[in-house]
Amino acid sequence: MINVYVPRDTASISMGADDVAACISALSTEINVIRNGTWGMTYLEPLVEVETNNGRVAYGPVSVADVSSLYAAGFLNGGDHLLFQGLTSEIDYLKKQERLTFARCGLIDPLSINDYKENDGFKGLEKALKLSSKEIVDEIITSGLRGRGGAAFPTGIKWNTVMEAEAEQKYICCNADEGDSGTFSDRILMESDPFCLIEGMTIAGLAVGATMGYIYLRSEYPLCKSILKKAIAIANINNYLGKNICGSGKYFDIEVRLGAGSYVCGEETAMLESLEGKRGMVRAKPPLPAHIGLFGKPTVINNVLSLASVPIILDKGGDHYANYGIGRSRGTIAFQITGNIKRGGLVEKAFGVNLGTLVNDFGGGTWSGKELKAIQVGGPLGAYLSRDDLELLLDYEAFSEVGAVLGHGGIVIFDETANMKDQAKFAFDFCAIESCGKCTPCRIGSTRGTELIENQDYELLEELCDLMDTSSLCAMGGMTPIPVKSALNKWPDDFKD
Amino acid sequence: MDDFLQATNIVHRFKKMPGGLLECLHAIQDFYGYVPKETINIMANGFNISRAEVHGVISYYHDFKTLPLGRNVVRVCQAEACQSMGSRELTSRIVDLLELDLGETNEEYTLDAAYCFGNCALSPNVEINGKLHPRVSPDKFEKLIKAGAL
Ligand SMILES: Cc1cc2nc3c(=O)[nH]c(=O)nc-3n(C[C@H](O)[C@H](O)[C@H](O)COP(=O)(O)O)c2cc1C
Ligand code: SF4
Ligand code: FES
Repeated sequence: MINVYVPRDTASISMGADDVAACISALSTEINVIRNGTWGMTYLEPLVEVETNNGRVAYGPVSVADVSSLYAAGFLNGGDHLLFQGLTSEIDYLKKQERLTFARCGLIDPLSINDYKENDGFKGLEKALKLSSKEIVDEIITSGLRGRGGAAFPTGIKWNTVMEAEAEQKYICCNADEGDSGTFSDRILMESDPFCLIEGMTIAGLAVGATMGYIYLRSEYPLCKSILKKAIAIANINNYLGKNICGSGKYFDIEVRLGAGSYVCGEETAMLESLEGKRGMVRAKPPLPAHIGLFGKPTVINNVLSLASVPIILDKGGDHYANYGIGRSRGTIAFQITGNIKRGGLVEKAFGVNLGTLVNDFGGGTWSGKELKAIQVGGPLGAYLSRDDLELLLDYEAFSEVGAVLGHGGIVIFDETANMKDQAKFAFDFCAIESCGKCTPCRIGSTRGTELIENQDYELLEELCDLMDTSSLCAMGGMTPIPVKSALNKWPDDFKD
Repeated sequence: MDDFLQATNIVHRFKKMPGGLLECLHAIQDFYGYVPKETINIMANGFNISRAEVHGVISYYHDFKTLPLGRNVVRVCQAEACQSMGSRELTSRIVDLLELDLGETNEEYTLDAAYCFGNCALSPNVEINGKLHPRVSPDKFEKLIKAGAL
């Protein structure tokens, strides 16, 4: 049998991967089609791989129309073809990454627990089962891991607070709301390596003494939902979840809950309200969710990628993880290169590369071939950067020094046709649509902001931005001024008419 | 009509689930295609909360619809990555073609905005009846309609 890999993630399926898989499967009974996750080289999707004696060779982007010529070119033996990309592991885009959290994505069949185990799966959990709560938390603190959901709060410190809280019931909530435009790294992880998230959540449960975990998943990700539910069932059958994890007598369960199309429900306290079946209104802090969280109990809330980084930290040690990165940004972060870009996709790198490397070396410049104009990093609440910022190091502190944010690692590229006044206006429009309505600066200010831009009243606009910045309850209202002000400051000409 | 017997069954399935109202609403909407107002009472009773509370939850979330949708549901991504690839022009072409604004419904179509499908490396994205279409130019959209892909 010849193993042929055809990815099954949302992006490759949108490009026709299901049909390609069927078509290849029909070529010969000698072919065993494996639906792997994705490597994240989205610009090559569907990326078809053939297992040869030298390793997996890649062809992409493959459409149904290419299958017969691939067959004629002998792709089953790694034959040459226009779409031939060489050995997968030697493709520059992949080779130049540091894959820790995403090490298995693309490599394995996401729902094969054997694949998972053969590639270091559950090693972190097995180690954690031999450690005390405190030792697990210390390992995370040593790693320097900071929350990948946006706020970059040290994960170990958060866990420590929940660990020390006294309660008969505690919860682990995984934030899989991934609402930022220009991001899909959580989706790729969940679709390509769901056991990794399950393992990370279980370790979190062991660390803080929680026995129940929820994954709050955005409704726009139906494939994630079905893959996660299957993976949870498989983990249960194999005693990696449930009443007696790996025979230790410890237990932990996970349930997937669906969001309902609200951006602000990605904010952690709004997410808790939503998980409780209520309107997603932001809660005032304190109390911290670590003390009074879901259903009033101490709760760890972490992004998908924070939790999915935990298994490798436990397996290889906090020091190993902390060896990557610069300054106070330790480890790796998954960047997503998106928008008007030639080679869009997921790039996991140690902190400290510069923006230009991602946009030009990985991304290959604009899709349109026109001049690069703006780069929005960190989602809809992130700053618009310009060509002058390409030297900027991707590091939490370097970004905050220039009034920008790394957020969840989304990088959206705009060419010269972008109008930055429209983009600033959209930031307010989006805030008005998504505001939970709890506080006035955000609820009313967002609508006023749109009007002020339309009326070109930029003095009052500055004042409004300062007000929203200082007196909003959460970052929705508090950070909307960031994209607005960066657009206004860097491209004043766009605002003249 | 089933006198909303199914709604009663669905509510029964979820009422014991902690915080289960959202899951219940999704299930109701999956079954009826929207959340019929007759089901609000059933949910209020099942979850032991007021009708106003159920209504408050329904109206808060973009996903939940209180009226039947068109035969075809078209959702166009309006978020930044898709904007950078021309979603504004695409949207106005779609608005013209379907003769509907975003958020409107007629018998044939429901046209809605979406804010990111997580497919931002292949923008702009349009979802038609649950199937995601990447790199949709205005012409490609027109072809999709004419080919009866809707
Ligand atoms: C408006 C708003 C939206 C957010 N959306 C998300 C999201 O989609 N996913 C996420 O992980 N964090 C999101 N966050 C950040 C969360 O509030 C929280 O900081 C995070 O989930 C904590 O996990 P971490 O420490 O692992 O990053 C959002 C914050 C705000 C203010
Ligand atoms: S800033 Fe906006 S989203 Fe945040 S609490 Fe206030 S009204 Fe709600
Ligand atoms: S911005 Fe449109 S799919 Fe992400």
